[in-house]
Amino acid sequence: MVAENSTQPISVTLRVWRQAGPAAPGKFVDYPATNVSPHMSFLELLDVVNDGLTLKGEEPIAFAHDCREGICGTCSCTINGKPHGPGHGVATCQIYMRAFSDGDVIIVEPFRARAFPLVKDLVVDRSAFDQIIQAGGFISVRTGAAPDANSIPVPKGDADLAMDAAACIGCGACVAACKNASAMLFVAAKVSQLGLLPQGQPERDSRVLAMVGTMDALGFGNCTNQYECSAACPKAISHDFIARMNRDYLKASVRASFKPAASSATGGA
Amino acid sequence: MAQLDSRIPAGPLAEKWRRHKTEIKLVNPANKRKYEIIVVGAGLAGASAAATLAELGYKVKSFVFHDSPRRAHSIAAQGGINAAKNYQNDGDSVHRLFYDTLKGGDYRSREANVHRLAEVSVNIIDQCVAQGVPFAREYGGLLANRSFGGAQVSRTFYARGQTGQQLLLGAYSALSRMIGAGGVEMHTNSEMLDLVVIDGHAKGIVVRNLLTGAIETYAADAVILATGGYGNVFNLSTYARGSNVTASWRAYKRGACFANPCYTQIHPTCIPVSGDYQSKLTLMSESLRNDGRIWAPKKKEDAKKDPNSIPEADRDYYLERMYPSFGNLAPRDIASRAAKRVCDEGRGVGETGLGVYLDFADAIKRLGEAGVRERYGNLFDIYHEITAESAYQVPMRIFPAVHYTMGGLWVDYNLMSNVPGLFVLGEANFSDHGANRLGASALMQGLADGYFVIPYTIGDYLAGQKPGSRPSVDAPEFKAAAENIRGMTERFLQIKGKEPVSHYHKRLGKILWEHCGMARTRATLTEALKLIPALREEFWANVKVPGSADTLNQSLEQAGRVADFLELGELLCLDALTREESCGGHFREEYQYPDGECKRDDVNFAHVAAWEFQGAGKAPLRNIEPLNYEFTKMSVRNYK
Ligand SMILES: Cc1cc2nc3c(=O)[nH]c(=O)nc-3n(C[C@H](O)[C@H](O)[C@H](O)COP(=O)(O)OP(=O)(O)OC[C@H]3O[C@@H](n4cnc5c(N)ncnc54)[C@H](O)[C@@H]3O)c2cc1C
Ligand code: FES
Repeated sequence: MVAENSTQPISVTLRVWRQAGPAAPGKFVDYPATNVSPHMSFLELLDVVNDGLTLKGEEPIAFAHDCREGICGTCSCTINGKPHGPGHGVATCQIYMRAFSDGDVIIVEPFRARAFPLVKDLVVDRSAFDQIIQAGGFISVRTGAAPDANSIPVPKGDADLAMDAAACIGCGACVAACKNASAMLFVAAKVSQLGLLPQGQPERDSRVLAMVGTMDALGFGNCTNQYECSAACPKAISHDFIARMNRDYLKASVRASFKPAASSATGGA
Repeated sequence: MAQLDSRIPAGPLAEKWRRHKTEIKLVNPANKRKYEIIVVGAGLAGASAAATLAELGYKVKSFVFHDSPRRAHSIAAQGGINAAKNYQNDGDSVHRLFYDTLKGGDYRSREANVHRLAEVSVNIIDQCVAQGVPFAREYGGLLANRSFGGAQVSRTFYARGQTGQQLLLGAYSALSRMIGAGGVEMHTNSEMLDLVVIDGHAKGIVVRNLLTGAIETYAADAVILATGGYGNVFNLSTYARGSNVTASWRAYKRGACFANPCYTQIHPTCIPVSGDYQSKLTLMSESLRNDGRIWAPKKKEDAKKDPNSIPEADRDYYLERMYPSFGNLAPRDIASRAAKRVCDEGRGVGETGLGVYLDFADAIKRLGEAGVRERYGNLFDIYHEITAESAYQVPMRIFPAVHYTMGGLWVDYNLMSNVPGLFVLGEANFSDHGANRLGASALMQGLADGYFVIPYTIGDYLAGQKPGSRPSVDAPEFKAAAENIRGMTERFLQIKGKEPVSHYHKRLGKILWEHCGMARTRATLTEALKLIPALREEFWANVKVPGSADTLNQSLEQAGRVADFLELGELLCLDALTREESCGGHFREEYQYPDGECKRDDVNFAHVAAWEFQGAGKAPLRNIEPLNYEFTKMSVRNYK
C-alpha cells in the first residue's frame, strides 16, 4: 500500500458561501478549479482559488485557519453538509483532495449556529466557547502554590480518560453538527477532564453548574441524544462524556439545593 | 549605540537567581492594581504571564491576533517538556539539565539564564499538574517520562503527542479564570502593529482590530511581547500559517535590538514537500527517533527502489554509524545536516530525492505492531493522512524543515529589552537556547518565563515608575504611531499591482532556504543580500492587496506580515554573513572540521550579536554582548 489513490490531477467546482458581513445577504458562488493535485490539502485549494480571485480583482474567500495540522481548532468549514467534511476524526485542514473525485461539486459553508454569529464568508465568531471556559473551566491554582507533581498519584486509567476528553480542540464542529446547536460535547469534555482528576474535585460542583448555566445563557440548544456531535468531532470525542456530565450536574444541583448559596466558580483572584 | 547590560547577578551560578529574587525591587500589593501591563501574545509564554501577573493584582490587557487565546501556535507542540525532576532516578539533576541545554546550544547562550531555566523547570511540572494537565502516567499513577534528542536521561514529560496543546490549555484555563474574575481584559482578533515609546520607555501599542479594521491605541506602564518565533520568514515551515515577526519587528524599528537572527533551527523529522502549492510542513515528532531508525540507501541507484526490497547490507544507518553513542537521538542540527549531506550525495529518496527513511521495522519486531501503535499511533495516522502511506508497512520518508528560531529580541536577565519597559518572553526572545535548541526545551522556557520569571522581574522596573504616571493615549506619540499605521494600510491597498502576497512570500522563502538554510557560505549569503532587497522593492511596487481596510481582510494582514519578513530576511542573512564561524543551527561551510562538524570560533565570536535599527535604508548597527563563561568550559560539542 504505497499509494492508495492515483496521482492524476482532478477538476472540481467549489460552491462557496459568500457573505460580506453579519448583516449582508449571503449566497453560494461557484468557483471551478482545474488541475488539482490529489496531494493538495483542501485549504491549499482555497489558497490557490483565492490567489486566482485576487489576480482577477475579486475579493478572496475569507476562511479561518492556522496550524493546518488539526490541533488549533481554527478551521471551520462545513463541506458537503458535514462539519470538517468527508474525513473521520479529522479537521477541515486535514482533508486532502484525494477525498474527492473528478467532476465533484463541493459545497462549502461556514459552521452555522445561533451562538456562532457569522463574521464574513466562512468565518464565524466562536467566542461563546471562551466565555463558557471563563465561567468555570479551570482549576483555581495560584502560580507557585502547587505541591510536588508526584505527591498525588492519579490512576493511569483516569489520567488516560481525562486525556481523551482533554483532546478537544474547541473548533465548534459539535455545535455545527447538532440540529439543536448544542454545546454539550464541548462542555462535557472539559467538565469530565477536570472532574476525573483529583485536582479537580474541590470545584467539581461549582464548575459544572457555572459552565452549564453559561452555556444555556449563551443560546446553545439542548442535547436530544442524537450524537451527531461525536460523529463530527475531529478528535472523535465520545458522547459518553455527556452522560458523565449529566450525572455530575444532577448531583451538583441536588447538593447545591441543600446549601445556603451556590458558591461561584470564578471566585477569588 | 544601544546599552546592552545583561544585568547578570553576581555570585555562584546556583545562587544567582535566588539571590536576585531577594535583591530586586518589589511593588507592594496595594500598589499593584495601579499598574497596567500590556501582554501581547497568549501562547505558553504570554498566557502564563498574563494569568500570573493578574493573580498578583496587576491590571492586565492581553492581545492576540487569534480569535481565541487557546489557538496560539504553542498548541501544536507534540513531543514534550523537560524538567529536572529526576523521577526516573536515572541521574538527572538541575545541573545536568543546565549542562545539556548549554551544550546543546553550542555554548552560545548565557550561563546564568540557562541555569535559572533548569532550576524553575521543576516548578513548571508541579504547576501544570495542579491545573489538571493530563500528563502521561505509569500504572502506579506516577508521572511517566521519555527521552528526547540530545539527552541521555529520561526527563521529558508528555501528554500523548499533544503536550503543547495540554500545556497551553492549562495556561489558557488560568488566563480564562483571570478574565472571568476581571483581572485580565482580553482583546482577541487584535494585531499589534506598533510599539509606542515615550521618553525612551515602552508605554503602549497600536493594534488593528482584525474584524472591523479599526486602528486602536492602548497605553500601559509596561509592555510584554510574547509573540512567538519568526520561522515563517522561510514561508514553508512547521509553524502555524499565522505565526509572524511583526510585533518583534516593529519593536526593533522602535529601538529594541534583535539578537542572533541567524540562529534558526531546522528539524530533522518532517514530512517532505510534495508540490509548489504546499502551505505548510508537518513535523513528525522527534520522539519517533526513540524507536525509529534513520537510513538511506548506500548506493545512489537504490534511491528510487522500494525500500523494503533493499537488503540490510545496502542500507546506511548513517546517524548510528557517525554518532555511535547518541545514534538516532543526535541533536537536531546534527541530524538535519547529516540528512542534507546524504541527499546532496544523490542518495535521497522519494519523488523529489529530498528525503531519507525513518524505519520502524525493528521496533515492530521488538514491540509488535500494537506496541508501536500504542506509542506513536496518532503520528502514524497523521503521516497516513498526508501521504496516503502506511508507516507500519513502508518506512516513513522524512526531511528537515524550518521549525524554531533561537534568535529574537535581545533581553537582559530580567527579560527586559534595551528599551526600558519592554519585556520579551518565550520564543520571541533570544536568551536561553544559544545557537541550537534541544527538544522539549521551548515549552519549558515559555512557561518558565511566564509563570516564574516575569512575575518577579517586572516589579524591578515598575517600582521605578510612579503609579499613575502612565501616559494617556492622547499623547502625540500615540497619535503619530496610529497615523503611520493607517498610512501603511492605505499604501498596501493603493499599490494595485499584479501578484498576490503569497507570491512574494514563496519567493522569499525559497531564497532563504537555498542561500541561508541548513548550510550557508559567504557566496550564498552575499547573493541573498542582493536578491532580498530587490524582491522587497518589487513587492512594494507590484503586490496586489484586494479589498478594503475597514473589514476582515486577510490579504491585508498577510501583506503587513510579509513586508516585515522581507526586511527581517535581509537582517538574518547579514547576521549569518558576519558570524564567521559555525555553531549549532548556523552552519557556514567554510568553518567545519574534516568530519563535517561545526567549527566554532570562541576567540572572535563568543558573543551575542544584537542588531540595532538605524533608520530605513541605513545599515543596522551590530552591537556585541560578550558571553562570559564563569563556570563552564566552552568545549567542542561531542555526540559521538
Ligand atoms: C510543530 C511543532 C512542534 C513543537 N514541539 C515542541 C515540543 O515538543 N517541545 C518543545 O519544547 N517545543 C516544541 N515546539 C516549539 C514550541 O512549541 C514553541 O517554541 C513555543 O510554543 C512558542 O511559544 P510562545 O508562547 O513563545 O509563542 P506562540 O505560541 O507562538 O504564541 C504567540 C502568540 O502571540 C500572538 N501574536 C503574535 N504576533 C502578534 C501580534 N502582532 N499581535 C497580537 N498578537 C500576536 C499570537 O496570537 C499568539 O497568541 C514545537 C514547535 C512546532 C512548530
Ligand atoms: S487549521 Fe488548526 S485545526 Fe485546522
